[in-house]
Amino acid sequence: MQDIISKYITEPYDLILDSDIVTLKINKNSLLKVMTILKHNNELLFTQLSDLCAIDYSMYGESEWETSEATSTGYNRGIKSKSHGRIKFGDSIKNKDNASRFCVAYHLLSIKKNFRIRVKVYLDNNEIIIPSVVNLWSAANWYEREAFDLFGILFEGHPDLRRILTDYGFIGHPFRKDFPLIGNTQIRYDPTLKKIIYEPVDIEPRVLVPKVIRENKE
Amino acid sequence: MKEFKNFTMNFGPQHPAAHGVLRLVLQMDGEVIKDADPHIGLLHRATEKLAESKPYNQSIGYMDRLDYVSMMCNEHAYVLAIEKLLNIDIPDRAKYIRVMFDEITRILNHLLWLGAHALDIGAMSVFLYSFREREDLMDSYEAVSGTRMHATYYRPGGVFRDLPESMPKYEKSIIKNKDELKDLNYNREGTLLDFLEDFVSRFPECINEYENLLTDNRIWKQRTVGIGVVNPERALELGFTGPMLRGSGIPWDLRKKQPYEVYNKLKFDIPIGKTGDSYDRYLVRIEELRQSNKIIKQCIDWLKNNPGPIMINDAKVATPNRENMKEDMESLIHHFKIFTEGYCIPEGETYTAIEAPKGEFGIYLISDGANKPYRLKIRAPGFPHLSALNEMCKNHMLSDVVTIIGTQDIVFGEIDR
Repeated sequence: MQDIISKYITEPYDLILDSDIVTLKINKNSLLKVMTILKHNNELLFTQLSDLCAIDYSMYGESEWETSEATSTGYNRGIKSKSHGRIKFGDSIKNKDNASRFCVAYHLLSIKKNFRIRVKVYLDNNEIIIPSVVNLWSAANWYEREAFDLFGILFEGHPDLRRILTDYGFIGHPFRKDFPLIGNTQIRYDPTLKKIIYEPVDIEPRVLVPKVIRENKE
Repeated sequence: MKEFKNFTMNFGPQHPAAHGVLRLVLQMDGEVIKDADPHIGLLHRATEKLAESKPYNQSIGYMDRLDYVSMMCNEHAYVLAIEKLLNIDIPDRAKYIRVMFDEITRILNHLLWLGAHALDIGAMSVFLYSFREREDLMDSYEAVSGTRMHATYYRPGGVFRDLPESMPKYEKSIIKNKDELKDLNYNREGTLLDFLEDFVSRFPECINEYENLLTDNRIWKQRTVGIGVVNPERALELGFTGPMLRGSGIPWDLRKKQPYEVYNKLKFDIPIGKTGDSYDRYLVRIEELRQSNKIIKQCIDWLKNNPGPIMINDAKVATPNRENMKEDMESLIHHFKIFTEGYCIPEGETYTAIEAPKGEFGIYLISDGANKPYRLKIRAPGFPHLSALNEMCKNHMLSDVVTIIGTQDIVFGEIDR
């Protein structure tokens, strides 16, 4: 597979081989070209788009539980950074790496060759727009709507880029890491106004288990 | 003559044939569908985001609630993804138990689908027949996990506990006398495997009963033959998997093509359709019932002869034995660590897919080395199926929309996630 890819794809790419699936990292400008080759080349024939999803990398590798030492007065709980579980509307969190904050991952399946491939495209935080692959795989239609809805990624050339999973009139992109887990608004029926009203959430954000990163020591 | 404009009609979300909370906005030309726009998301619970804020094991229960008629299959994909990133191999007995319960789940799912689909189209009695058999399988779910639906039975590293040695029995009450109890409990005297063996021997005859009601039924054929035809090329392009793809004549089944657990050691066949219409998909699913029954039989035979561990022996992942915890300090510490912090998964990402009853159920899991997933994407089979609803419905009659929703085997838990 590696050889075939290097034979046909002339655009710059990164190939990552691990125990799972071959990952192909490409630039968004070459996306459509590479995807067309992957789909139509007779030695590849990735005729099916299994999955398309977006990823927000802004908090990758951040641990909440950072203790330097145990003090004489007790153990330092050391919860420092704020994950989306702990933030509320209005809290500002800094996003560290703007150049590749967002990523769109495509999982392709070749039924003829019984092979899967993952294609990843990183996007700049200031320019969250990527060409749509709807013309190659019709299945991309709703997946791209979902990625737009949840992450705010714009797909250029998509025929009908509407929100899909969130409520009518929803504001924000809920799966971004800076969107609070408890949300921003809640709805209830107001008996005096005799209608459903939206108001700011009144629950406190709460996380029971802090995020910890530990090296596996054998 | 007077010109008629298209008519916009709202279907659902509170409609018995909408299989949950589907809202369809239909453009009608008389009684013919010109355009169908599904509005989904009414059951969106942000499962993927919730999973990001919890240790891995705490999200297993959420998986049951995705496709809530094929519970254990969803868990299976999730725990397989975790195992792949942890790079662990589970004991054989756990693999067979998982495969057996996957197939039980497949029968549960297809029976519900069959009953509900037939009910939608107007055949009332099939529903009653299929729920009769579902009851037995739900009981085996309950015997093994304690719950009839949301089992949380699979765990990374194996399954929660071994198959029970006895089946719960019906008890005496004012409406059940001794003779009735004897009839009700006749297959519950032995172990769970004996109970399932009895089920497996009875079930093919039950499938014949369903087929007697439907397969040559004139009304059933009039309602399903030639409705919602998808040709194989379109089926691939639309991202169809499972019976929807096989109904169009493509022999693709992950259990055969990319076998996981012990599917490569089991004998079974993959049924495919010819024309890609609703009737073919019905036939494919009926045959899958028979094949699943065959797989369960093989698993029972193996499990009866091969006792052994059902969980890996790795204290970092598996919960320690209760008895050991009372005496052994180390077990107590491991128990505390697993339940307060969980385990950390090495940095990496995986896409793990299994053949769920509805199609390819995939988990895309990204770990940054923490005790919680960095990102979890659930690839639900129903999502691309429903996105093709517009194409499948076009130029059909309004009543055929119900057939097409039925044939797609839509469940909103997994589509909205």
